[in-house]
Formats: sequence, C-alpha cells, structure tokens
Amino acid sequence: MDGAQLLQQIINGLTLGSLYALIAIGYTMVYGILRLINFAHGDVLMVGCYLAWFGAVQFGLPWWAALMGSMALTALLGVLIDQGAYRPLRSAPRISALITAIGVSFFLENLGLVVFGGRPKAFERPEIFNQLYQIGDLRVLSHSVWVPIITALVLAGLLWMIYRTRLGMAMRALSRDLVTVQLMGIDTNRVVAVTFALGSALAAAGGIFWAMKYPQINPLMGVLPGLKAFVAAVLGGIGNVVGAVLGGLMLGFGEIMLVALWPELAGYRDALAFVLLIGFLLFRPSGILGQELPS
Amino acid sequence: MLEVRGLSVRYGGIQALQGVDLTVAQGEIVCLIGANGAGKSTLLGAVSGLIKPTAGAIAYEGRPIAGHKASRLSRQGLILVPEGRRVFANLSVEENLILGGYFRPRGREQQADMAEVFDTFPRLAERRRQAAGTLSGGEQQMLALGRALMGRPRLLMMDEPSLGLAPLMVAEVFGVIRRIHQRGVTVLLIEQNAAAALAIAHRGYVLEVGRVVLSGSGRELASDGRVQRAYLGMD
Ligand SMILES: Nc1ncnc2c1ncn2[C@@H]1O[C@H](COP(=O)(O)OP(=O)(O)OP(=O)(O)O)[C@@H](O)[C@H]1O
Ligand SMILES: [Mg+2]
Repeated sequence: MDGAQLLQQIINGLTLGSLYALIAIGYTMVYGILRLINFAHGDVLMVGCYLAWFGAVQFGLPWWAALMGSMALTALLGVLIDQGAYRPLRSAPRISALITAIGVSFFLENLGLVVFGGRPKAFERPEIFNQLYQIGDLRVLSHSVWVPIITALVLAGLLWMIYRTRLGMAMRALSRDLVTVQLMGIDTNRVVAVTFALGSALAAAGGIFWAMKYPQINPLMGVLPGLKAFVAAVLGGIGNVVGAVLGGLMLGFGEIMLVALWPELAGYRDALAFVLLIGFLLFRPSGILGQELPS
Repeated sequence: MLEVRGLSVRYGGIQALQGVDLTVAQGEIVCLIGANGAGKSTLLGAVSGLIKPTAGAIAYEGRPIAGHKASRLSRQGLILVPEGRRVFANLSVEENLILGGYFRPRGREQQADMAEVFDTFPRLAERRRQAAGTLSGGEQQMLALGRALMGRPRLLMMDEPSLGLAPLMVAEVFGVIRRIHQRGVTVLLIEQNAAAALAIAHRGYVLEVGRVVLSGSGRELASDGRVQRAYLGMD
C-alpha cells in the first residue's frame, strides 16, 4: 500500500467509523440512563431514513429540511416508543424491557415492510455531499469529509450539554440513581424522554448519512448498522458517549483495514465486529473507557 | 403541617405499615424510633411519594398528597434526606448542591442558598469541586443535608442522618439539625440514636412491626420504661 492508498483507507475508515459513532451515541445514552439496550434503535434509524426520503422525494424539500424534519419526527418516535413500550416496565426486571425492545424492533421492521414495501428505494446524495475531489491519486467524496466533521460537532455539542448544563447534570445523576433524583424535584420521565429524543434524532442523522453512502434504503437496513453500533458502544464502554465514538471509529477503521490489508478476508468484514465484541467481553468487558461494570 | 391517617403499605406479602397515624405540627421536631425493619423508612418513603401506600390518607399543609409523585412533593418543600445519604458520587459537591435546588429559579437566590450551605458546612466549601464519591461518610452526610437545604424545605424529613458517624460527627449533625429548625424548618427525623434524638425532639413516635405503639413528648418517651429498655439500652 502506498501513501495515497493508505490515506484513502484512513479517510474511508474515518467516515465509516463516524457513522457507527453517530448511531452508537443513541445506544449508549439510553443504556447509560436506563441500563436498557434499546434493540429497536437500528429500526428507528430506518424509519428516520424513510421520513427523510418522503420529505425529499414526495414533498420536494431541500436536503437539509428533509434531514431536520426527519430528525424531529424520529425524536418524537423515540419518545413515543419509550412512553408506550418501556415506561410501563420501568420497575419491572430488566429482562422484560430488553425483550420488549426486541419486540419493538420486529414491529418496526414488519411495519416498514407493510407500509414502505420490501423493494429498496434509491436515496439520492445531495449535491453538497456528492462532490468528488481528486488530489493526485487520492479520490475523496465530499460526503467523507462532512460526515466526520458533523460527528465531531455532534460530540462536542453533546459533551457540552452533558457536562455544562443543568439538564446534563440531571442526566448524569439519573444514570446513577433513578430514585434519589426524584427527591430533587426532577421529573425523571422528562429527562428520559429528552434522552430518547436526542438518541433517536442522532440515529436518524446517522442513518441518513449511512443511506447516502450506499445510496438506497429498505425496511431492514437498520439491522446491520444497529448491531455494529451496539458493538461499537460496548467496545467503547457502554454508557459513555466519548467511548461510543471511539468504539465506532475503532470498528470502522478495523473493517476498512481488514479489507485493505487482506482482500481475501473481505467476506469476513461483518464478522469482525463480533470477533471484537467477543474479544472485549472476554478480556476487557468494561470497554475502552468504561471504569466499572454495571451489575 | 403533616397529617397521616391509617397509613398502610404492603410489599408483596409483607405488611410493612399497618394503620399508622402521625401528625407533625408547624415548627416541631418530631422523632420516629423503632427497631430495624419496624417500617420507619417505609413511612418516610410513603410520605415523600417514593412508595405508594395501599391504604390511608396523607395531608401536607392541609392538602391530600397520597399517591403524588415525589418530584412534585419535593417542589412543594416536602423534602427527604434518604437513608444512606445517596449523594451523586459521580458529580462534584457543587453539582450535588445545584441539583438539590434544581427546580428553583437559578440566579442570585440560589447563589445565596449555596453560600449559606457552605457557611453551615465549611468542609463542603473546601471540597466544592471534588467528586462527592470521594468524600468521607460524615462529609457525605453533610452534603446530603446541604443538598436538601438547597430546595428550601418547609418540612425536612431525615432518615437516620447520624448512621455510621463517629460521636463527634453525630454531635455536629444534631447541632446542624437544631440550627435548621431554628431557621423555621419543621423536622421529621428517624434515629437509631434514640437518646440524642429524643433530647432535641418535641414529640416522638415508637414504631414496632408496622404500627405506632407509643407516642408522646420527647421527655415522656425518654423516661418511659419500655423505651429505656428497648431503645436507650438501660435496664
Ligand atoms: N422494597 C421492599 N420490598 C420488600 N420488602 C421491603 C422493601 N422495603 C422494605 N421492606 C420490608 O419492610 C419492612 C420495613 O422496612 P423499613 O425499611 O421501612 O424498616 P426500617 O424501620 O427503616 O428499618 P431500619 O432501621 O433497618 O432502616 C422490613 O421488613 C423490610 O424487609
Ligand atoms: Mg430504614
């Protein structure tokens, strides 16, 4: 591999990793607060992509309006899922909520098949993300430049929110002690709702940029990125936002480098995530940044 | 200020409270004593809104509150310092205090409240940026009290504030309770340390397996033979 190729792969890894990161953030935030692995997260992403598609194709909205509209509606969907499916189980054993999450996932996938049909829809890349830059042998799509930038901005905004605002303070407190925060006059349901809204909106954004990469969408498209993002969240130390981003980047780089260095192993690319997952669960179950294990 | 009538709480098969009557008048210090498992924490949990009663009525400042959410009651000045302190270990001392006044308007008034807490507990001021989890047990208890004060309680309920503290620290905590009371806060207190508690309480209740078996003024209870034998370690 020469220098240009290496740089090319680094950019590819950064883009893919950033996409995983955007999706993993929602997983990790919900887990951090409720100790719930929201298996429907990937399917929420899928709904977000369809909403953006409808906005852009059916209503002719500019891409940024379709993106914003989709993020807002997907945030609402996340809140509704929490209130309808998870909230009644807040004091039930954790396994009940986990099983419910799997049920919500199947429900959204099948609802998607019925409502949107099984045939993939073309998802056009807006002009701004479709510029091709050629520098020597290096060919970079503007999409690959924007995605890491957007991810970095999202991360910075989230960290500011979590560590510098009162809402973030309430979130950090709630993640440790759901009962005692109520004694502070804090409505826990509202804090949880904000968490679901943020996580789901980011899933929509991540999904939309994911869809621009390929560029098509289908009702089962959320499964693979959802699973990978879950692995990324665990690798980073689930519950930790910075960890989710590091885990996403690690996974993205890992996959790209695997294929670049050993092209004959390309077929095992999707298996890498699970090999890493098993490896981490065996040797460092708390993840890159996790300090302690939740029981 | 607080009126509890016929309060019952059941956890599955366990009847933790059965028909408890209790009143706290404005400006009083009322103390609740009883053996482990008598239902003291359950009583404060039900009053604070954390535990749903199975029967009975609770009135706070004349209005029925049974079944109201804990977050709502805290906003109305009915504030509990929970058993075991429960400070937010991952947050700094200052952040814990800010959370205690989370629902109150921020700004000058909150600054003043925090200055007052730091005045009452100078050790907290020195450690304001330190993570609460790194405080000693006694310091954590002070933080739990300070955090509750940030919400400007009208009725402050405390569940065993002196638990696990060295004698000097216990004396300090009781001194602080007295000062909080002098500022016009009504106090409902659970204590294992019955002698110290009855000494500062106007009235007290003795709870045994979910029922009130005895009540009276602090002095009456302290001189009652049964209380002396069971809770004051005299024979
Ligand atoms: N969440 C719960 N589930 C089931 N039983 C409970 C629960 N909480 C308390 N109990 C039971 O209710 C009874 C009263 O408990 P409670 O905590 O109110 O006692 P307490 O007087 O505060 O005791 P201590 O002095 O040890 O703190 C006990 O028998 C306890 O085992
Ligand atoms: Mg107790």
